[in-house]
This record gives sequence, C-alpha cells and structure tokens, in this order.
Amino acid sequence: MSLPTAETPRTDPALTKKDFTTDQEVRWCPGCGDYAILNAVQNVFPTLGIPREKFVIVSGIGCASRFPYYMNVYGFHTIHGRAPAIATGVHMANPELSVWVVSGDGDALSIGGNHLIHAMRRNVDIKVLMFNNRIYGLTKGQASPTSELDKRTKSTPFGSTDQPLNPLSLALGANASFVARSIDVFAPHLKSVLQAAAAHRGSAFIEIYQNCNIFNDKAFHSRTERSVREDQIVQLEHGQPVVFGSERNRGIRLNGLEPEVVEFGETPPEDLLVWKTDSLKTTLPFLMAQLDHDPAFPLPIGVFRNVEGPTYEDRVHSQVDKEVQRAGSPGMKELLDSGQTWEVS
Amino acid sequence: MRPFLGLCYRFPMTEIHSDSSTEPVRTKLESVVVRFAGDSGDGMQLTGTQFTVSTALAGNDLATLPDFPAEIRAPAGTPAGVSGYQIHFASSDVHTPGDRPDVLVAMNPAALKSNLEDLKSAGLLIVNTNAFKKKDLDKAGYGSDPLTDGSVDGYQILPVELTRLTRAAVESVGLDTRSADRCKNFFALGMMYWLFDRSMEPTQEWLTQKFAKKPQLEEANQLALKAGWAYCEATEVFYERYRVDPAPLKKGTYRNISGASACALGLVAASKRADRALYYGSYPITPASEVLHELARFKAHGVITFQAEDEIAAIGAAIGASYAGSLGVTCTSGPGLALKIEALSLAIMVELPLIVIDVQRGGPSTGLPTKTEQGDLALALFGRPSEAPVPVLAASTPADCFWIANEAAEIAIRYMTPVIVLSDGYIANGSEPWQVPEASDLPKFAPATFDLTSEGDKPFEPYRRDESTLSRPWATPGMPGLEHRIGGLEKEYGTGNVSYDPINHERMVRLRAEKVERIQEMIPDLEVDGDPSGELLVLGWGSTQGAIAAAVESARADGLNVSKTHIRHMNPLPANLGRILESFEHVLVPELNGGQLAYVLQGTYLRKIESSTKLQGKPFTETEVREEIDRLLQTTSGKTTQP
Repeated sequence: MSLPTAETPRTDPALTKKDFTTDQEVRWCPGCGDYAILNAVQNVFPTLGIPREKFVIVSGIGCASRFPYYMNVYGFHTIHGRAPAIATGVHMANPELSVWVVSGDGDALSIGGNHLIHAMRRNVDIKVLMFNNRIYGLTKGQASPTSELDKRTKSTPFGSTDQPLNPLSLALGANASFVARSIDVFAPHLKSVLQAAAAHRGSAFIEIYQNCNIFNDKAFHSRTERSVREDQIVQLEHGQPVVFGSERNRGIRLNGLEPEVVEFGETPPEDLLVWKTDSLKTTLPFLMAQLDHDPAFPLPIGVFRNVEGPTYEDRVHSQVDKEVQRAGSPGMKELLDSGQTWEVS
Repeated sequence: MRPFLGLCYRFPMTEIHSDSSTEPVRTKLESVVVRFAGDSGDGMQLTGTQFTVSTALAGNDLATLPDFPAEIRAPAGTPAGVSGYQIHFASSDVHTPGDRPDVLVAMNPAALKSNLEDLKSAGLLIVNTNAFKKKDLDKAGYGSDPLTDGSVDGYQILPVELTRLTRAAVESVGLDTRSADRCKNFFALGMMYWLFDRSMEPTQEWLTQKFAKKPQLEEANQLALKAGWAYCEATEVFYERYRVDPAPLKKGTYRNISGASACALGLVAASKRADRALYYGSYPITPASEVLHELARFKAHGVITFQAEDEIAAIGAAIGASYAGSLGVTCTSGPGLALKIEALSLAIMVELPLIVIDVQRGGPSTGLPTKTEQGDLALALFGRPSEAPVPVLAASTPADCFWIANEAAEIAIRYMTPVIVLSDGYIANGSEPWQVPEASDLPKFAPATFDLTSEGDKPFEPYRRDESTLSRPWATPGMPGLEHRIGGLEKEYGTGNVSYDPINHERMVRLRAEKVERIQEMIPDLEVDGDPSGELLVLGWGSTQGAIAAAVESARADGLNVSKTHIRHMNPLPANLGRILESFEHVLVPELNGGQLAYVLQGTYLRKIESSTKLQGKPFTETEVREEIDRLLQTTSGKTTQP
C-alpha cells in the first residue's frame, strides 16, 4: 500500500477536541499559561470546518514551541526563531493547508525577528501565535525582548537596560494584515480572536499574554487580576465605540493624534472613538498599540487590524500558473530543448 | 609553449591601403585561446559570452573562464576594475580555458597592464589606442606609454582606434557620446568574428531580442559589430584569417552551457523525474545568484523560486517545502553555507529530502567573492555540531552540474536526506558544449514505498525504516490519517516520539550514519584512466578535472606513465577507492585549498598523499599540474621529462 493522498476521502464524523489531542504527556510546568492556550486551540480547531490532516503547526524553540507535540495534526518543531520561514515554505508548497506558527517573545522577536517581519510584509497566509510572557523560560529566566526596563532577571541582576519591543507595533510596522491581542486566562476572548484569525486570509499576528508562573509570575497581574480587569482592559470591537470600566462609563477618544480617556454618564459622547479594523492605513491600530505600557490607559485587547488582500501565495502561484498555461505545460522534452542548440551528425 | 602560428597583421598603423587587394591567407588552427579584457563597464563578459555562443554553434569544443572584480564599477580605468573573459576553442577535445591566451584584446591600459604577462610570446595583442592618453596611463599606473616604450616588444601588436571608429560607425543613430562609446565592445567582437571566421548571426539575433524596446541601441550595436568586421575586411590589417574546424563530438544535439545554467536545468529535470514541484529558496550571494536568476525564469515548468530575507530563511523555507512534499533546494556560497548549518542539521534530524548547493568562492569571510576556490570541502563534510553526516557530491565541469543536480535529487528523495552539492565560481561561470540528453536518459525515481497498514489504533510511525535504504516515509501534510510530529529533538526509533533515552540516541546516531553510508550502493565504482596500477595516480575532485586531464595528456605525450581518476562523490566515497589508492606508489591530489581532500584520504585510507595546493582564487593551469607530475616522477625515479 502506498501513502494515501490528499484526495483520499475522509469518513470521519464531526471533529471534536479529542481528535486534536495526542497521546504525549504535556510537559509544561503546572500552572503555566500555555495549558489554557492549548485548550483554546484544541477547542477552536474542530469548529473551523477544516479536515484535521490539513492543519500544520510549525514552532521554533522555547516553552511555547513544544506546542505541536500536543496537537494531533501535522506538526513541525523546528529551530530557534525560524518557524515563520519554514512555515512560509510549507504554505507556498501547498496553499491548501492551514498553517499555524507557535512562538514565544524570545523566539519570534529576538532570534527570529527578521523572519517574522518578512512573513508579515509578504502577507504569507500563516497564523502566528506569539505567547508573550516577557521572559526566557526554557533557558530558566533571562530577560526577553519584551521584558520591562529595569526588570531584574538572572541575566539582568541590576535591572534590564534594554528598551522593550512592542510586538503589535512591530507587526503593524511590517504591515501584517491581521493583528490582534488576547490573554491566556480570557478563554472566550482568546477563542474568538483565534476564530477571527482563522477566518482571515493572509498573515495573522496574535500576541497572547501568557503567564510564566515560574520565572515571571503575575507579569500581567496589574491588568488581568479579576478585581481590576474591567477597569484595566478595553476590548476593541470593530464598529463599536471604545468603552470600558466596570460601570461601562469610560471611553477613549482622540484629541488630534493623542488618545485620551473620557468619563461619561448614561450616554457616551458622540466623539468617542469608534473602532475600525479594516483601514488600509495602520495609523489607528498603531496609536492603540502604543497604550499597552501606559498606566493612564486601559490595556487594549482584541483585533487591531483585519484587512483583506492578495496573499503572497496567491501572487506566487498566479505567476506560475500563468506561465505554465502560456507555455502549455511543457514537459521534459521541452525543457531539454530550450536554449540555442546545434546538431552534430 | 606553442606560438600562435603565423598570426600577424599587415600594417603597423591602421590606415586603409586601398591598393592592396590580395585575399588574406586562410590558415587552419587546431586550438586558440582568446582573452577579452577591459574595464568592468566595457561589457567584456557580454563580448566573451557572445563570442562563445557563436563558437559553440560553429561546432568547436570549448571552455571559458570569466574573471571579474567583486566591485560592480571599480574606479574606471584602474587595474582594480579590470574584467576579463577567456575562451579556449579547438577542433579537438578542450579540457581547460587555456593557460595563456594567443590573442589578447585590451580595451584600456589597465587591462593591458594586468593581462599582458599572460599573453603568449609573439601572441596577438589588439589595443584600443584611443584609450591610451596620458590620464589613462596614469590611472593604470604606467609611467610611460607601453605601446611605445618597448613593453609590448615580442608581441604582434595591432593598435586600433576603437573609440573613434565606433563613434564614426554609429554616428547615424544620433546617440550621445557616452552611449556611442559603449558600443565599442561590439566593434572589437566584429573584428574577432572576422579573424576567426565566425558567424555574426547569433549575436545579431541576440541584439534584436535584447534591445527590442530600445531600437536605437540595437541599431548602434549592430552597426558597431558590422563595422568591426568590415574594418578587418577593408583594411586588410591581417595577412591571415583563421579557421578552427568543428571538434569531433559525438552525434547528437548540443548546446553551450554554463555551470549555473546546467545546475538550474538539472534541478528542473530532477523535479520532473521525481514528479515533485521544485521549490528553490535562495538569498542573493556571489557567485551562486546566477542559479536563482536561471530558475526564476523556469516558472513555466512549475518552479517556485523564493528570494528569502536571509540565508537561514532560504534553507528554512526549502525545508518547509520539502516537508510539504516539494523538492526543496537552496543554493549559496561559503559565507551563506556557514549560516545555513543549523537548519541543515534540522533537515538531518527530521530526515527530509533537501539539496544544498555551495558555489564555492575564495574565503574565509567575504574573501574573494568573484574568485574560485575549493575551500569548503571540509565544511561540507564535517562542519556541523555533533554527529551529522550528509552525502556530499562535487561537480567536475560546467555541464556536469546537470548530472550532479540529478544525482543529488535522487539520493535526497530515495534516502530521505539532505545532500550537499559542491560547485565553484569557475564551474558556475565557465561554460562548455553539452550534449543534450534524451528524455529517455532521465528515468523517474521515487522514495521507498511503505506498507502503512497498521494494527488497530496504533498511530502512524513516521520513523519506521525501509530495509534497504533505511529511509523513513515521506508523509506530507494533507495525507489523512498520517498526522504526526517531527522536530529537532531526538526521535524514538519507529514512533518518532521525542526520546531522551540514551540507548535510543546511540541507535539513532548510528542509524543516521549508516543510512548515509548505504548511499555507496548507488555510487558507481571509480574508473582509472590509464594503467590500473603504477607509479603515479593523479586524483582530483571538482573543477580541477580539466587542468588534470590536460596535464596528464601532455605528460603521456611525453612518454610518462601517469594514471588519473576523478571523484564526484565526496561522501560516501566510492567503494573501490581504497583499492585504487593501494595500487599506486604515489598519489597526487591537486586542489584549490590547503589540502582538504588529501587530509581526508590520509585519514580514511592511512596512506601518504602528495598534496598540491593553490590558493590564488584562480583555477590550476595545465602547466602547474604538469610541473607537479614532473616533480614527483623526477624525485621518485630520476626520470627527466625535459627534452
């Protein structure tokens, strides 16, 4: 018997979460935020209407990058930082696949920064899940490119001297066509963001705040803790005014190019910012992405940008298809006969 | 050294003598070496290539050697900016581009200065006298005019006012002076076509295609080309015209092919044989970029080319494409190979087919980007962390790149392994006539087939083995029921699950090694040219083949008993190599590095190797190899080889 092909019909009934779990023991630290993200992905994948064999998860190196071993789909645990490049090759070779990259802040932004920005700017149709815990976990606690200034870690005993990167600004700067942020412990929100990313054609960048309870516990506590989260977090929704607060009585408006928080009574003021994700310009999402470290503002989560356009694979394959058609699907003989030849008899 | 027989021009100056009406004598030559040299903006590579095409179409055997600086436009008129193109063509077998030219075309004083010492004594020297003004001489570092101070005594010099004559020829087109002057290489080319009785047609057709959208430039270059021809015809500056008859090539269809083109063509052919789309990930690097340029034009054959953001992404994407079922290929030069090593190690661990081509150049570091070297053999064989064997192949001529690419693909797919292919700048840029194979010479090949029927709910085992090749199944995303995970962590035999078990690790390390060793079964035995045993074997690899063949031929012509052999499979080495090495008293290994193959052979076969090395960014000349042969035979037997 030879290998089955993509055309071999499937007889499986509707997929469930169980279909996406493997027999491998999950080896993250107890209490790690990765469990919640794994759970969310295993819940979302069966809902997407995509056959299991068409999913591919490509990861780099780091705690997050062990992800593929726990998902019963095609998985490729690659090398540090290079997952977006490898995923690019996978999807260019077979655009029928649904290709997901799982990466961390060190993997995606430090050693792999170059691949990330180029996958985004090309609009390669891959979904990048970047687990951001603001620390190197697998190497046991060094500062990462998203660690705050002055943060004390094993590699920065006197405090970090490095200005952190803003992952969403970077993705927007690279013109990623889908940019979003969610949080490990916000299960329903995370699932809705993953679904939106799956529905998007083109490069999707999803930053997921993820707690590392061993080396950087409570890194997002000041925003996500149950008693403060209503006031500390604003959920962005396309077409909706940007409103937050336990009383739903605060919102964000623009004063020129400066966002500001306004409090209101019963009715929101008319000049409240109405969120839009589909502008070709990245100005607005960029403004909002800047708020994440400003204590005067709530942390924005949700979809920052979602614009449609031809993917890299569309462009590449349409060129190839056009040429194949123009030349009439040439074979070996036509290949060998190309070029200036002469006969010796 | 054979002088260039009888070649001489009729008049010391270039005036037309209308009273001389005798037809020039036609002399037959067996073999000629011509070198075009000029500023890097003078179009010397183009001139050489055009002359080569015409010569190939005339049926000669040939070999070429382009030689250009790394700078696109080094300071004009200085020796640093000199670009050269040498072609050796003959009515008999040609092994090398020739040690020294019979004819040198020097477009300026700098070109003369850097090339004159190579010109054979009494060789023909054609110079553009309009480029020999005081400031030109200063730039070239000449204190006085070499054309008059005795520097060119002993050569047959033909001074031509190339610039002035070209301007006059293209005047009717109305180009600016700068553009008009850029046509002078075609004037020189026209002269060479006349002198060697070559057809101008291929070049004329090429100009029509090339400048389809710039009719003025087409017209000007056509005029310059014809003017160069007409100049020779009308002025009768030459007593003789030369004819080099077609070489006795085997019956068939031929084309002239460079190493880069042959490599590209070979990869596309291999993808057709394997029924796999060709995916080529590459980052621009000299001298490997030509392969990318060639393949980017092959979209009609379904080829996907990906110009990556860096060398690592280039190999990464190729690995990803192989994982998804394509034939993934990446190509680079030494500095790029260094960057790809970690990804290459991943491909070894996950056992996916992959071809990594290294077009070697002078190094280390940026080194000599446009010059040739064979310095990456040790890197290819051993340059990876831990125990990470890969098959390594080396192309020996430009046309051989076609066959090496095919072999690499077959090994990669049948054994599920990355393969390194070594080429070099000399092979990639050089060209030779190539007998185009028939489609029937290129049979299909496929990975090993596996019985995947499993008992009960036992999951698919991605690391199970084919008994003969030890390869694992190539189950690609999209195949239902075969979902599995691979990665850089050590794999458990069979299941492919992550395993830290010490015994399993040793088993897997040895398995990966044995898989590569078994490729030896696919490799043909090495053939010895000459006596199968004796005093001296010259053993080469890669691009030294031509120089070795020419030197051994000349040694035999002088009555010496020398055998030769050439290795194309660097790992695993051919099975009979040990026996061959035992059969000779002395083994000479010429290589363009510090003696890397010699080191490997000494370590592998525990025998003394005579290593001959050259590190000048240039290929061996026939003479250099011959001198080594003579030195060895003299030392060992007291034979003298000088007449």
